[in-house]
Amino acid sequence: MTAILDISDLSVKVGGSHILQGVTFSVQPQGVTALLGRNGVGKTTTLKAVLGLMPRAAEITGRVGYAGASITRQPTFRLVRQGLGYVPEDRGVFAGLTVAENLRLAERAGSTPDYDTVHGLFPELRKRARQRAGTLSGGQQQMLAIGRVLLNPNRLLLIDEPTKGLAPKVVTEVAAALEAVAAVVPMLLVEQNLAVVRRMARHAVVIANGRVAYTGGASDLLDYTEKTKALLGVGKGEH
Amino acid sequence: MMTDTAVTPGGTSTPAKRRWHPARFGPLVVLAVLIALPYWSIEIPGVFDTAINKPGTLQLLALCLVFGALATGYDLLFGRTGLLSFGHALYFAAGVYGTDVLITKAGYPLWQAVLFAVVGTATIAAALGAVALRTNGIAFAMVTLAFAQVGAITIGRDPGGVTGGEEGLPMDTAKVPDALVGVTNTVNLYWLAVGVAVITVLVVHAIADAPAGRVLAAIRDDERRVGVLGLDPYRYKLFAFTVAGGLAGLAGAMYALLIGGATPHVAVSDQTLTLLVMVVLGGPGTRWGPLIGGMLFTYLDYRLVSFGRSDAVDSLPGVLSGPLSQPLFVLGTVFILAVYFFPGGLAGLRTRLGPLARWIPDRR
Amino acid sequence: MSTVVLLTLTGLGLAALYFLVASGLALVFGLADVLNFAHGLFLSVGAYGTWWASGNLPGAGASGWGFVLAVIFGVVCGTVVAALVELVLIRPLYSRTIEQVLVTVGLSLAGVALLQASWGADPRTYPRPQWTQELTEVAGARVPNDRFLLIGAAVIVLAGLLAFLKFTRIGLVIRAGVEDRSMVTALGIDVRRAFTLVFAIGGAAAALAGALGGVYAGSISPTGGSSLLIFGFIVVVIGGMGSVVGAAYAAVAVGLLQQFVNYTSPGLGDICVVALLAIVLLIRPQGITGKVATS
Repeated sequence: MTAILDISDLSVKVGGSHILQGVTFSVQPQGVTALLGRNGVGKTTTLKAVLGLMPRAAEITGRVGYAGASITRQPTFRLVRQGLGYVPEDRGVFAGLTVAENLRLAERAGSTPDYDTVHGLFPELRKRARQRAGTLSGGQQQMLAIGRVLLNPNRLLLIDEPTKGLAPKVVTEVAAALEAVAAVVPMLLVEQNLAVVRRMARHAVVIANGRVAYTGGASDLLDYTEKTKALLGVGKGEH
Repeated sequence: MMTDTAVTPGGTSTPAKRRWHPARFGPLVVLAVLIALPYWSIEIPGVFDTAINKPGTLQLLALCLVFGALATGYDLLFGRTGLLSFGHALYFAAGVYGTDVLITKAGYPLWQAVLFAVVGTATIAAALGAVALRTNGIAFAMVTLAFAQVGAITIGRDPGGVTGGEEGLPMDTAKVPDALVGVTNTVNLYWLAVGVAVITVLVVHAIADAPAGRVLAAIRDDERRVGVLGLDPYRYKLFAFTVAGGLAGLAGAMYALLIGGATPHVAVSDQTLTLLVMVVLGGPGTRWGPLIGGMLFTYLDYRLVSFGRSDAVDSLPGVLSGPLSQPLFVLGTVFILAVYFFPGGLAGLRTRLGPLARWIPDRR
Repeated sequence: MSTVVLLTLTGLGLAALYFLVASGLALVFGLADVLNFAHGLFLSVGAYGTWWASGNLPGAGASGWGFVLAVIFGVVCGTVVAALVELVLIRPLYSRTIEQVLVTVGLSLAGVALLQASWGADPRTYPRPQWTQELTEVAGARVPNDRFLLIGAAVIVLAGLLAFLKFTRIGLVIRAGVEDRSMVTALGIDVRRAFTLVFAIGGAAAALAGALGGVYAGSISPTGGSSLLIFGFIVVVIGGMGSVVGAAYAAVAVGLLQQFVNYTSPGLGDICVVALLAIVLLIRPQGITGKVATS
């Protein structure tokens, strides 16, 4: 089974701080790979570096392969058009635009937008089509951000902390939707909520001190309390 | 007095070790040459119209020094603190008009007038800076631009008949020491201009080498990190803004003396834009770049006028000779090219030529 | 009363000019983060283009449809210059904000010098259709018609811009890009393609301001763009750096304030405008409306 995303020796330096120091791992073409680690360890930076979204001042070295081809230095919009869907940590919805406009923005020439899937997963988005995205609740914004990406065919989704700051009930809702999506599209998921990770992830990658500290099965990692604690700085049952 | 000033490109000053190094004495030698220049009567055809010690050439050199000093002071904001001010012309104009008005209208003796003008300019800079520095980046640029525009408008409107409006205000030379009046005394003005440049350079270098200078550099590189260290960036920026304002006032006072009065064009926004051009051409944040950039720009600005009127240019077809007779067209174009191809300015050439320099035997 | 009406309409005419300059600045700054000092050049190109066409272009002239043709020619010149500036000079420096500002600074200096080289530094008499100089009576005040011309043009441009931003695909991209440019690219959109268009639109509006500002002032000079540009900047900052509607409100506020105060005490109005800017910035550093293209 060849990997869909292949990151080798990725280093990122911003200003004086060396955030990533030779990160190497790959994402399998099926199921959810969870990207874990303590706060500020460089999970978001990894996703942004893959997508070419780091600021100009950042020094980036290493190699990123996607679907068998090198994508280092490719402009972001081209990668996304090749099926690399991205849902950022802060959700990235356009507050001044309506829900419908946020979705319309994601439509692409040459592909039919899959509104059936999006509205099927998140019926709320159809109801609130004319509402400004800035006035949505956090959970609704997250659904909009995910829905926006699902309008187009994806070969890999990069999703950054989708349940952050959401009420427990909404976490379950979002996680269920993501699980349904993950049945079709592979996913690299940054997530702090270990209950969500346990429920969804098949593989896990842990970053510590700018390097990869663990790769392997997600349940193997989470079943060992001591190992989990050491790597993530959290207890087993915490969520 | 200038022995500590080892030339280090990029503005990162290393603590000067007291070791014999030609670079450390270079500035002193240049200073000595500048002071001695009026005793030479060499003609350099094509570079200066008259012999070096003739009033016309000394006047031009003095102007170059004034703008070199002005650019050096401006770089304390732009190159060393990362503040993109578009209103520096205001403080220059405050120095020019302050000196002129205090002498001509209020009847102060020269030295008092200069002192009050410089202190007054620094005060204005502190007050306006206190407001403008509450904003950042582009908003800061626009606010400083707007403040300077008020200055330009005020000067043009001639409130109470003080500034002379569009006509400007010729200086009443009766209250200026005789040694600084008249064509034959241009040499004294020239030495005074050398003094102004030296003072400006010393002040800016002293700040850059002090702990405060390192804070300013840190603000330029990443302001948030300075805040994290428990230092208040606002106070340091206001300090830089005030000092730069005072230095601009000093350069302005010298300019008023040199030109023999004030004209409203010193206050227009283009004046700040040309300052920016000088600094960027010379190399922002470098020890000598702004001074050299300011001098070179001023020299070219004056010389290109006569170049534009020369036969060589006149004989070109109209499409070329027209634009080439406009110094600002040539300098603006050179500036754009410099932004593309020499981002570090003239001073940056040194580092860019670094690979070449390695082939030259090490001087240690 | 009639003085108030006259001052109001003149202030709105001035506001119209400010808006035409500021709308393009706001869009360019909002989308591309470029503080565009060359914007005054686009304005001058529009003014000189119109002036040149009215004397030299066949069919164009100083009155009637001939003048309309001359203005169209001027606006086309400004648009083309703006688009070329973006393509040739700004685009290679993508996301290097300071360098882009520096290039526009160099361009503004060189451009003004080029205009001086071509047509001299002295003001040129500007062609004005006769009817713009006639007076219309409004509520007892006799108001020169050029005020209505300016206000009408600004209202049409405002309505056109809002419709463009609201109803077209590229308008949607621009609105989203003003909010968060990198997120637009993360949706698979090449946002840079919108830059050229925004520059062209801004150049067209500025050129129109130049062409109509000439009618208002009666003469044009190479440096005429720079003082309008500064008030344009002030309007952009007060209006919220990137908002077209904010720029419209701010232009009206600035135009009226300036006109009324200058009437009571010449010169003080300009100072009041800068004071207003300082107050707005101290209260709300991001301007009236924040960084959203149309709100």
